[in-house]
Amino acid sequence: MMPKKIDTQIRTDWVLILLYFVLAGMGVMSIFATTLNTENVWQGFLSLRTDYSRQSLFLLLSVVAGTLIILTDSKVFTTTAYLAYGLGILLMLLVFPFHTEVKGTRSILRLGSFQLQPAEVCKLFVNLALAKYIARTETDIRLLRDQLWTAAIILLPALLSVLQSETGLALVYLAFFLVSYRQGMSSLVLIIGASLAALGIATLLLDPNLLAALLTAIAAIALWLLRKPMRRNRSLLFLVLGAWAFSVGFQRVAVPLFFENVLKPYQVQRIYSTVGRDMPIDPSRMTAEDIRRIEDRKKATSYNVTQSKIAIGSGGWTGKGLLKGTQTRYDFVPEQRTDFIFCTIGEGFGFLGSAALLLVYLLMLWRIVQLAERQRSVFSTCYAYGVASVIFFHVMINIGMTIGLVPVIGIPLPFMSYGGTALLTFSIMLAILIRLDVDRNAVLK
Amino acid sequence: MANLRYTEPRMNVIMAILCTVFGILLVRLFFLQVLSPEYSMLAMGNAVYRKVIYPDRGIMFDRKGRPILENTTTRDLMVLPSKLKKSDIPDICRILGIDTIEYRQRLINAIVKNGRYRPSVFEPTLSVDKSVKLQENAYLFEPGFYLQERPIRTYPYHAAAQILGYIGEVDSNILRRTNYFYQMGDYLGLNGIERYYERVLMGERGVSYQLRDNKNRIMGAYEGGQYDTAARAGKNLRSYLDIDIQQLAERFFANKLGAVVAIEPSTGGIIAMASGPTYDPNQLTGGDRRRNFSYLLSDTARPLFNRAIKGQYPPGSTIKPMGALIALDEGVISPDFGYGCTGAYHSCGRPIRCTHAGGGHASDLRTAMANSCNAYFSHIFRLSVDKPAYKNVQVGYDRWKQYANAFGMGTRLGVDLPSEDKGMIVDTSFYNRLYRGVWNSCNNVFLGIGQGELTATPLQMANLMCIIANKGHYYTPHFVSSIDSGGAADTMLAPFRIRHEVTHISPKAYEAVQLGMQDVVERGTARVARLQGISVAAKTGTAENYGIIHGKRVKLDDHSWFVAFAPREAPRIAIAVIVENAGFGATWAGPIASLLIEKYLTDSLRSERLAEVERIAAKEILLPVIKQKRKRMDSLWRARLLGKGLYADAAPPAPRPRTLNLQSPGRPVRLRADTPLPPARSLPAGRGHLATPLLPLSSKRVP
Repeated sequence: MMPKKIDTQIRTDWVLILLYFVLAGMGVMSIFATTLNTENVWQGFLSLRTDYSRQSLFLLLSVVAGTLIILTDSKVFTTTAYLAYGLGILLMLLVFPFHTEVKGTRSILRLGSFQLQPAEVCKLFVNLALAKYIARTETDIRLLRDQLWTAAIILLPALLSVLQSETGLALVYLAFFLVSYRQGMSSLVLIIGASLAALGIATLLLDPNLLAALLTAIAAIALWLLRKPMRRNRSLLFLVLGAWAFSVGFQRVAVPLFFENVLKPYQVQRIYSTVGRDMPIDPSRMTAEDIRRIEDRKKATSYNVTQSKIAIGSGGWTGKGLLKGTQTRYDFVPEQRTDFIFCTIGEGFGFLGSAALLLVYLLMLWRIVQLAERQRSVFSTCYAYGVASVIFFHVMINIGMTIGLVPVIGIPLPFMSYGGTALLTFSIMLAILIRLDVDRNAVLK
Repeated sequence: MANLRYTEPRMNVIMAILCTVFGILLVRLFFLQVLSPEYSMLAMGNAVYRKVIYPDRGIMFDRKGRPILENTTTRDLMVLPSKLKKSDIPDICRILGIDTIEYRQRLINAIVKNGRYRPSVFEPTLSVDKSVKLQENAYLFEPGFYLQERPIRTYPYHAAAQILGYIGEVDSNILRRTNYFYQMGDYLGLNGIERYYERVLMGERGVSYQLRDNKNRIMGAYEGGQYDTAARAGKNLRSYLDIDIQQLAERFFANKLGAVVAIEPSTGGIIAMASGPTYDPNQLTGGDRRRNFSYLLSDTARPLFNRAIKGQYPPGSTIKPMGALIALDEGVISPDFGYGCTGAYHSCGRPIRCTHAGGGHASDLRTAMANSCNAYFSHIFRLSVDKPAYKNVQVGYDRWKQYANAFGMGTRLGVDLPSEDKGMIVDTSFYNRLYRGVWNSCNNVFLGIGQGELTATPLQMANLMCIIANKGHYYTPHFVSSIDSGGAADTMLAPFRIRHEVTHISPKAYEAVQLGMQDVVERGTARVARLQGISVAAKTGTAENYGIIHGKRVKLDDHSWFVAFAPREAPRIAIAVIVENAGFGATWAGPIASLLIEKYLTDSLRSERLAEVERIAAKEILLPVIKQKRKRMDSLWRARLLGKGLYADAAPPAPRPRTLNLQSPGRPVRLRADTPLPPARSLPAGRGHLATPLLPLSSKRVP
């Protein structure tokens, strides 16, 4: 047995583990910075009543779980992948009769003092099941049948999340399509999906006329670039023109018509306020009820984004220093322990600190992709890409949200946000990857 | 493994996507954090509270070092709505004597004004009784209710209201005028000494920067207080006022209209300055300030109006010493000059009557002065302006006016109070206009006896006494003798250190006038003012005046004047007293002046004189028409207060001896009280209706 142990130690990817501890440590520190208000730090820490001490405890649990996972056999994960998926779906279904309502979501199961959010945990199981399915010898992702199956594996928990009013968590599942892409899915799906998302957000963020001009410019450039192939293939011209017509029609005609005739003003305002903007709608159309609802909503979402931007924006180059952030220390930013934890870094350490944090995330993703590419088995590659996709998606949405680039979707910043389930899930996800990487030369099915 | 075909390029695409998204985030962060300084400003505004710390205002002492204007603290009951307990309600209501409806109303007001997380005033300036009760039970209410101290002005002697003035909250007008030196909510001196010495009294405001959280709660000092500046207390004023004299003077004028000014001739320091009716300055501090102020303001007797510096009265006979000095200096008479008065002055048509008719009552200056002979002083006035050296009366009168101006008549003296009035002395163009260029010394002969186109303030008359007492010089009358740790602030007092020479009338002329004035007391019209062992020099005055009642010009009762200084040999006090519509100078003004002089010079009053004090203080001297008016005013107030449901017993606010007058002193006044009283509700309540009857000075007012 000795040689195998040494083998495990040598083959364990310490770079990833180091990056993990850097991020988790920054997370605990940020929570400490936002919630510290007693003189006696140690007493607060040991009593486990403060958020930072609880997060430390979660971190400890995560490390223990991760260590155990790294010491198990990789075959466990391949063999139990479907079973785990089934368990995950079962948990999510259990939520419907047994949920506890916390802050407007109905996605939390409570066992005594322990809270579990199945939608959060389920990402892990979906990742395993997806990898298992794609790794089958008979699977060819280019076939429609297999595409539909992967889509079903991904979208089933997403659908359940939506039914639990956790749209944000549901969106995360879309990240798994990156895995499909890596394994041969047509890039058109990705391009069209990303373009539609970009168009949707741009419609909300930019002035309609400016956006129309931009779209026209893009179409013109595309036509110019494609002028040679177009001579041979006329349909390209129509494709470009059609895409342009669709985009402009969408943002100039479809969206305004939809907003004005189908949605109620407060709903429109809700959509706009998720990017921290006011609704460009004629107030005379609104009833008193609408105005009241809009005001309520403004107070919540728009306030969050504005305060978060103020906190981050006031950081400057180097920030105000840990524990000196006036905005994050004094509760100006709501939810700052959880979804808006990035504000603490932004205010306390400024642009340089924020850039450093982004760099750490990028390094981690880069390392995971490297790991993914050196696996012998397709299962491990797929799984690694799944981990990378989920982390990437979380970071993009979360930080984008705090700086007003992305609608407010309540998802945590991986390894940093306060919350036991999220930290444990991400830790186990990473630990499984590291375990798989130890066996990178084995063929796992 | 078909999919291995895609390995390398697709990995690169995925990495490219990751890098692009991180790049976008980074660029956005750069814009937000580095290129948008407004976010730091917003954060400062969010979290840093600039708290202004108000220093204590300076206080003021009288000449014996007694504080007459002080700071004290009252307690406000503060409420913090977010910390309230239901169990507080009955106890708080019981102690404050309010019902739960009122309680709810105040609470709602507080929440509307300052929100739930910031404290608001629940009841300002608690009475001692309530304050003590609340303090005993504080543990029951805290932290929902708590007591907070607040500095206010206090006047331990309840005196000198019109001199000291008052402070009040800054308004938008003042904000603009002072170029936003003050801020909303600041208090500043609005009148009197509080205003004149505002720069000295206010001190220097401090600023402390404090951190606050999202609910506006203060969390501590910003950056350890390194940007804070400490407040500096206002400087204290030392004054010449003698609060005993001041109180006595105000006592006399509780139920009379008029004014007293007493000055120390050697320095120009004002010993006392009272104006009747007066009020208790403590009324304009604390909780009832607004209500009391509007009550005082609506009072047409204008207790807020300082008659000592703004009342313009015909000086009557009290001007005669000045007329004598001018005639002496012009060389048209000598102290031995006599005039054969037979009871009236006949040289200008209608006779000007004299109180005496006996032979020799104007045989020389001293005697004429002692007997206040109208004929004598009419005559010497004409001699002065018709002096042969001047080719006509225009030049002569111009010269006479220059003398009068030099004596401080018709000019602002520059006392250290705001809005002093300058009285009136007309120039030749006035007569030219009035008489179409054809006039002689008979047209304005009344000036010689202090009537006609001549008015003076009590301050000017007291200053005239200083000049005569000093034999030709004076210091601008002022209150403040020094400013504690004055430094640069002492420049404020520099104008009061200048010795003003009044032309160059010879000491001999002054000597003659002084002796004449001494005779006034010893055997003349002012024997009532004689004091044992003190040589008093004085002059009585009985000034005719007119008012307009219900559209008709009516001669009102004469004003009673008395001017004096004592002791004659080494004067320590110069005084001018006027009691409106009180008759002869020697009847009321004389005794008042005499008592004040005695009190000041001997520091006490002989026991037999105390009865005299009581007698004068008890005497109400008011025109009947004014009393009628006052009655109506008070009933209007009662009606208004009843209408608001404020006072069950409907007593007028702050009951006090008060007088109502419709008069701007020394000016004709329109009174309408002889019409039957209309029903109260048809009257526009307030001062608009009652304050209008002031008429501008009519030019055809020569008796």
